[in-house]
Amino acid sequence: MVNLDVNGKQIGLDEDGFMINPEEWTEEVAMALAKTEELEEMSEDHWKVVNYLRNYYTEFGIAPMVRKLCKDTGYDLKKIYELFPSGPAKGACKIAGLPKPTGCV
Amino acid sequence: MTDRKTPLLDELEKGPWPSFVTEIKRAGKKSAKAEDLLGQLEKSFEDKTGYWKHGGIVGVRGYGGGVIGRYSQKGEEFPNVAEFHTVRVNQPAGWFYTSDTLRKICDIWEKHGSGLTNLHGSTGDLILLGTDTSKLQPCFDDLSDAGFDLGGSGGGLRTPSCCVGPARCEYACIDTLDVTHEITMAFQDYIHRPMWPYKFKIKVSGCGNDCVAAIARADFTIIGTWRDAIRIDDAAVKAYVDSGMDISKMVVQKCPTSALEWDATNGKLTLCAEDCVRCMHCINVMPKALRPGVEKGASILVGGKAPVVQGAMLSWVIVPFMKLEPPYEDLKDLITRITEWWDEHGKSRERLGELIYRKGMRYFLRDMGLEPTPQMVMAPRTNPYWFWWPEEVNKG
Repeated sequence: MVNLDVNGKQIGLDEDGFMINPEEWTEEVAMALAKTEELEEMSEDHWKVVNYLRNYYTEFGIAPMVRKLCKDTGYDLKKIYELFPSGPAKGACKIAGLPKPTGCV
Repeated sequence: MTDRKTPLLDELEKGPWPSFVTEIKRAGKKSAKAEDLLGQLEKSFEDKTGYWKHGGIVGVRGYGGGVIGRYSQKGEEFPNVAEFHTVRVNQPAGWFYTSDTLRKICDIWEKHGSGLTNLHGSTGDLILLGTDTSKLQPCFDDLSDAGFDLGGSGGGLRTPSCCVGPARCEYACIDTLDVTHEITMAFQDYIHRPMWPYKFKIKVSGCGNDCVAAIARADFTIIGTWRDAIRIDDAAVKAYVDSGMDISKMVVQKCPTSALEWDATNGKLTLCAEDCVRCMHCINVMPKALRPGVEKGASILVGGKAPVVQGAMLSWVIVPFMKLEPPYEDLKDLITRITEWWDEHGKSRERLGELIYRKGMRYFLRDMGLEPTPQMVMAPRTNPYWFWWPEEVNKG
């Protein structure tokens, strides 16, 4: 486990860099997490995706499927990868403070 | 190298077979990761439990798949396998390499990873076993420079895979290598940027012998076949019989649809092509006398999968015969329509076969614009899993 320093507050991250306690999420935390994903700035487009993910997660308790994410935000997958180069699961969900997706390999 | 003792693993070196333990020991002389892997595995055998954590999300820039995160629960005891990620590399169709290419991959992997490989994994990919998160991007960059790309993982198109096809096999009714390469190139995005409810596998076999087991393992199965009749060389048939082969017993009686008839008096084998299901049995027994017909193409089947939610399923036929010639537009179009439909209607972790089962073949065929035909027979299924009642599950 590593700690991410956000204005003096220590946020615990797991080995993949996901938040251990997602309830500690704030916009400042999101910006600090974005830097771990090599995103220097969070544009309006970034926030639109992140806020959508958070709202969906709050309502349904899971992350949306990729198709739903694309449909509801109006961004195609190419655009999502432009915004979050490591993809919707590793990039966008991490910054949105969602628990780590349990992907099947 | 440490002088670690591995008495339990040593048992797996006994006998006349190749042993992965021997190979990992050899790698351990050069690689601390391989050495610690052996240590952790011995401990697993001692304690009768696995020590890999579940899941893990790692990757390289621009890709959502191709790398599988692996972390050890015993990272303090075996620090060199604390991170031990797997890299899937898209294999060339039919697994043909030059020795130079293999050396290049091994050099890259010794530089960035444990040096341990698995050629080939059951997915078909070249599997590179064991590296750290920080080494993933440099490793991928070197693989790219060498002309390689990552394979598929997660909820997307998995690396398409095929048998050796016409490169080495006279039975191949289609160019499995070319079809696989074309599909791989056409659907790149779906391999590298997974977006579907679950995995989707495409496998291509050149004939009904199905050497890549496409019918049992692929959601979208392509199997080479022919539309006309098996070609019979009467003189060669006679030669088999004269050499002492019992043609009635070995061939005619084993035909699953009784499509063959043997006239012993006149030494003549005849086929009722209408009854033939192209199972390959007679051709396999008498390859010098019997050959597939001349009008070749493929049968397209869907829905195969291993047993998880609904139990194991074999793919079943949806297109009895399709001509397969470059640029394979009909085939690509069908793949696109099917995956779109599945992505639209599928639940998370629901394979195509399960979705068709849930919604009904009727709806699937209607939405695909396919007419029902007698060849569309759902395969028998079995489910070896027991679903426990929640209160019976030991959550400890």
